[in-house]
Amino acid sequence: MIRLFLRHTEPAGRRPLRYLLLAAGLLLALALPWLIYPPVAMDIASWALFAAALDLLLGYTGLLSFGHAAFWGTSAYAAGLIAIHSGLPFPVAVLGGALLAAALAVPIGYLCVRNSGIYFAMVTLAFAQMIYFVANQWRSLTGGENGLQGIPRELLGLDLSDPFVFYYAGLPIVLLGLWGLWRIVHSPFGHVLVAIRDNPARARAIGYPVERYKLLAFVLSAALSGLAGGLFAISHGFASLQEVNWTTSGKAVMMVVLGGIGSLWGSTLGAALVVQLEDYLSTAGFDGIGIVTGTVFVLVVLLFRQGLWGAGRQLGAAAGRARRRRPKPPAATEAAPVPTPTTREEAAWTPSPRG
Amino acid sequence: MSGFLQQCFNGLVSGGFYALLALGLAVIFGMLGVVNFAHGAFFMLGAFGAYVALAEFGVPFWAALVAVPALLFLFGAVLERTLIRRLVPFDPLYNFLLTFGLTLVLQDLVKREYGVQSQPYPRPAELSGSLDLGLFDYPAYQVFVLAAAVLLCLAVWLILTRTRVGMVVRAATERPELTRALGVNVGRWVTPVFAFGVALAGLAGVLAAPMRAVNPLMGADLIIAVFAVVVIGGLGSVFGSVLAGFAIGLVQSLGNLYVPALSQTLIFIIMAGVLLWRPAGLFGREEART
Repeated sequence: MIRLFLRHTEPAGRRPLRYLLLAAGLLLALALPWLIYPPVAMDIASWALFAAALDLLLGYTGLLSFGHAAFWGTSAYAAGLIAIHSGLPFPVAVLGGALLAAALAVPIGYLCVRNSGIYFAMVTLAFAQMIYFVANQWRSLTGGENGLQGIPRELLGLDLSDPFVFYYAGLPIVLLGLWGLWRIVHSPFGHVLVAIRDNPARARAIGYPVERYKLLAFVLSAALSGLAGGLFAISHGFASLQEVNWTTSGKAVMMVVLGGIGSLWGSTLGAALVVQLEDYLSTAGFDGIGIVTGTVFVLVVLLFRQGLWGAGRQLGAAAGRARRRRPKPPAATEAAPVPTPTTREEAAWTPSPRG
Repeated sequence: MSGFLQQCFNGLVSGGFYALLALGLAVIFGMLGVVNFAHGAFFMLGAFGAYVALAEFGVPFWAALVAVPALLFLFGAVLERTLIRRLVPFDPLYNFLLTFGLTLVLQDLVKREYGVQSQPYPRPAELSGSLDLGLFDYPAYQVFVLAAAVLLCLAVWLILTRTRVGMVVRAATERPELTRALGVNVGRWVTPVFAFGVALAGLAGVLAAPMRAVNPLMGADLIIAVFAVVVIGGLGSVFGSVLAGFAIGLVQSLGNLYVPALSQTLIFIIMAGVLLWRPAGLFGREEART
């Protein structure tokens, strides 16, 4: 535990590589609608925030929520309704949706955080299904199977219906959300979450109210998922039952696992890949997207559990070790065999809490 | 009065499906520590198996009732040997994710082949009429399904409590290491138990084909409700799962009668109540929760 805290309180400024990465990421985010079809770029941005918000629970708190579609979808409907009926600028509508998602997460989270592991996954899935049925039955509000249509996209009189323009209007919200997540993860609160993930009994013994921390993480994660969901609905001008369906929860989990659990960069990367893959398949006219995404997911879970980011980090660590070893005499390396990249992931669900 | 009783019967019939699926989930969870997300997909495959057998090969219902679960038993055994087994040593969540991916694959494979619309499946001729149950007439097929569900649950219960195989499975469920240390080859039973759970889901699917819409999504909607049932009954408790299955079917059906607005959400409201009162479920043990 102490080791963990020391590792995290090191000043981030010592690591120029990290700033380089951040700059490259920002540049890519800004250039995205030039590189790919702009609506897909917006989808990637929304899903990236959703996946990263989910990873706050999965990677940093060690709770697999299989029901985050409830928050993404609730906010999608709420933001849509606010935008339609009030005419407020879209960021306010998105914020309203996120707040409603957070409010919904309080009772659901209260009931769920008493459990962990597989039980937590099942219970969150069940509550999300309940929200799905509510959305399905409340036709006067949600439009039922027709969905909520005609959500306006405007900001202070500006017309943002061009997806290219809207991307730049929506991107700051996503970046703000990701920045918020980064701050949460690197705050003392975030470190307590990691401690709870690694050893809940010990965290409790030290005196942390484990359930309260988990609940707060759950609500924060739901609020940021809501931010993403509201933005997604407004960018499409449409919110449908798909947004509260269990497949949406599963898709977000898929992104996190593919990108690498316990890394905000990984979740973003996973979101980009999954959205791109699905877009590629649907424009190619393939009508069984689940066959491909499901197979990819099965393979990732079987063979590649550390995810893309995790694999990259392992490679980087191995390269670093090789570089440090080079000046030493060859006899020393023979005496101390190279430790294989840590496989703590297998036991503790996530390799390292670095963002 | 007869309307009330009839609704009770409807509830017990749909509770029978919950119970059969929850039973398979509980047995698999007990033996492997795996919560099988694909259980609903296997249920759907069972129903589609019966449909395809009849439509393409002219295989009647009664033959499908034996053949389809047998095929799914083999399918389950292959899955356990090739995929599930590899992840058992790791966090159980990985197998949950694996079976989720499998669900997507199976569901979309069937959807691609047969579309999303429901396929018709006729009732077997022997059970097409209705039975006079004293106060009201009831479709003979539904009576058969209820009887079959009760008998199957009873049979599994007897196997688990009265036979040597059942003893081994129960011991392995409670204390796998100790059971192994006593010289029982636990690993030998893992594949058959998983395959048995899959076959049971398939059998429930065949039973559902003549009375429910046969479509690729029939399993996914059901399995989430079954998860709620399992949470209510207590994960890992076979008895709790079966009892909760029938009870939830009954309550849901009566809810349909008296508060139709809540018909779909009632089960989750009950789950919330149970979680408040007993987080491990009505018959669950605390240790199963983590």
